[in-house]
Amino acid sequence: MKFFRLLGRSVRDAFKSVGRNFALSLASISCIVVTLTIIALSIIISYNVNNFSEELKKDLTIVAFVSNEADETDLDKAKKEIEAIGNVESVTFKDKSEIMKEMMDEDDAFKTAMGEWDAESNPLQHTYLIKVKDIEKIGETATTIKNLTNIDVVKYGEGMVDQLVTVFKVIQKVAIVAVVALVLMTLFLIVNTIKLTIFSRKREISIMRLVGASNFAIKLPFVVEGMVLGFIGSIIPVFVMIYGYYSLYNYFGGKLFTDLIKLVKPEPFIYFASIIVMVIGILVGMFGSGRAVRKYLKV
Amino acid sequence: MEFIRFKNVTKKYKNGVVALYDLNISIEKGDFCFVIGGSGSGKSTFTKLLYREEKPTKGEIILGGLKVNKLRNSNVYKLRRKLGIVFQDYRLLPKANVYENVAFALEVMGESKKEIRPKVLKALELVGLKSKLRDYPDDLSGGQQQRVAIARAIVNDPKLLICDEPTGNLDPVMSMEIVELLADINKKVGTTVIMVTHDKEIVNNMKKHVIALKDGHLYKDYKEGEYIDEIL
Ligand SMILES: Nc1ncnc2c1ncn2[C@@H]1O[C@H](COP(=O)(O)OP(=O)(O)O)[C@@H](O)[C@H]1O
Ligand SMILES: [Mg+2]
Repeated sequence: MKFFRLLGRSVRDAFKSVGRNFALSLASISCIVVTLTIIALSIIISYNVNNFSEELKKDLTIVAFVSNEADETDLDKAKKEIEAIGNVESVTFKDKSEIMKEMMDEDDAFKTAMGEWDAESNPLQHTYLIKVKDIEKIGETATTIKNLTNIDVVKYGEGMVDQLVTVFKVIQKVAIVAVVALVLMTLFLIVNTIKLTIFSRKREISIMRLVGASNFAIKLPFVVEGMVLGFIGSIIPVFVMIYGYYSLYNYFGGKLFTDLIKLVKPEPFIYFASIIVMVIGILVGMFGSGRAVRKYLKV
Repeated sequence: MEFIRFKNVTKKYKNGVVALYDLNISIEKGDFCFVIGGSGSGKSTFTKLLYREEKPTKGEIILGGLKVNKLRNSNVYKLRRKLGIVFQDYRLLPKANVYENVAFALEVMGESKKEIRPKVLKALELVGLKSKLRDYPDDLSGGQQQRVAIARAIVNDPKLLICDEPTGNLDPVMSMEIVELLADINKKVGTTVIMVTHDKEIVNNMKKHVIALKDGHLYKDYKEGEYIDEIL
């Protein structure tokens, strides 16, 4: 009970103090706004990239083309051999005439070109579509399949995903460096804001000591002030993030440029992300003010 | 009953100045005690040792059974809650009114508004400022400001009231009123009062226990009524 009364008093004092030291408070808050906006962006991008690269990976299929010299028995044998590989989940056979039909349906140009082919002259190959259990080992599995007799070429879409992930990792590193630098700068500004508050309230602090306020009661208002700065600084980024993401999501209809890259649904993702951003803001404020209190408020 | 005891207390400041030498003093519960002496004789140091603003270099200080010199920094606030402290410069919050200044002492302990109100009103009544609740320190005379400070000091019912030259900024009439207020609190509430002063007139008039310091030494310890004006 006492704790909550002291806390209530501290929150009230903190808002007053932010008003009093407005210039420096504003500098701290601005810095927090920029930092948290970048953190918010990073969260949105990294979560989306993670999400769609997972989605892409789930769809990864090994396509094995069967040599045209293979006869029915060879085909059966190849299928059995593929199925025997540990990492293989399922094998689907696609007849070359079936593939031809699909391609002709898809595109008129194909239709004209392929229209003259018959079962004998069709140059396409029978294929096996193979799903794997462990996506990380897809490369090994592909190599194993490739070494089977009557299998000519093996393809899977690893390259694209890998490239995307590599690009993203670079972006992520840049973002981390930027965020760390900004967090440090924010901490510096908060330490100085709270230092100013401590100095401007020296008299009050000395009276508090005199009348028997505990160290906790003396320090709490300043720590709370840092947290309030962090909280105020998180309001704009959180709104920008929620509004911005909904707009983006609706504008692009939930996907980015192609059907392959699906955006994460705004709910509940964006609200969780908002809470994370707000908590980071409050924590940065708390650490900054905690440092200032340890350094400038000797008790 | 003995309330305060200084046993062979020496205080040497970090800069090498020795403010008190081997001091032995005893103060009874309910006592009204003046501490007198010239400037720099160690009067303020004596009070600072009592409220644990300073620690003795040697010796022992016992206050109501508590070894003050052994008290850890983090526990000093527990001692302060049992004390009332008053200074020459009042030390009020300029942006808070009379009521808020007195309530402040209880607020920082986390007491509720409901608990605070009757205590503040009682303390302000005792110092005769119940009609000035909403005035700000700047609107009050020096004597009235000191009454606010005294109200704040007694609002938590302390066992000991320490006053370091509380009349130092006041004219003789106001000074006498303040001393009489302190004597009143001492008599009515039973609070032990230690008052540092160099106002001979007050000390002569009151005929109380007087501890006289000279250059950091105990010059003389006069029992109640024993003090006669001397040049220190
Ligand atoms: N914080 C301090 N640091 C160093 N010396 C001090 C300090 N406070 C007081 N002194 C010295 O101790 C002596 C006693 O001071 P003080 O107790 O304030 O005397 P009084 O209150 O009787 O005038 C003086 O010589 C003073 O200069
Ligand atoms: Mg003094």
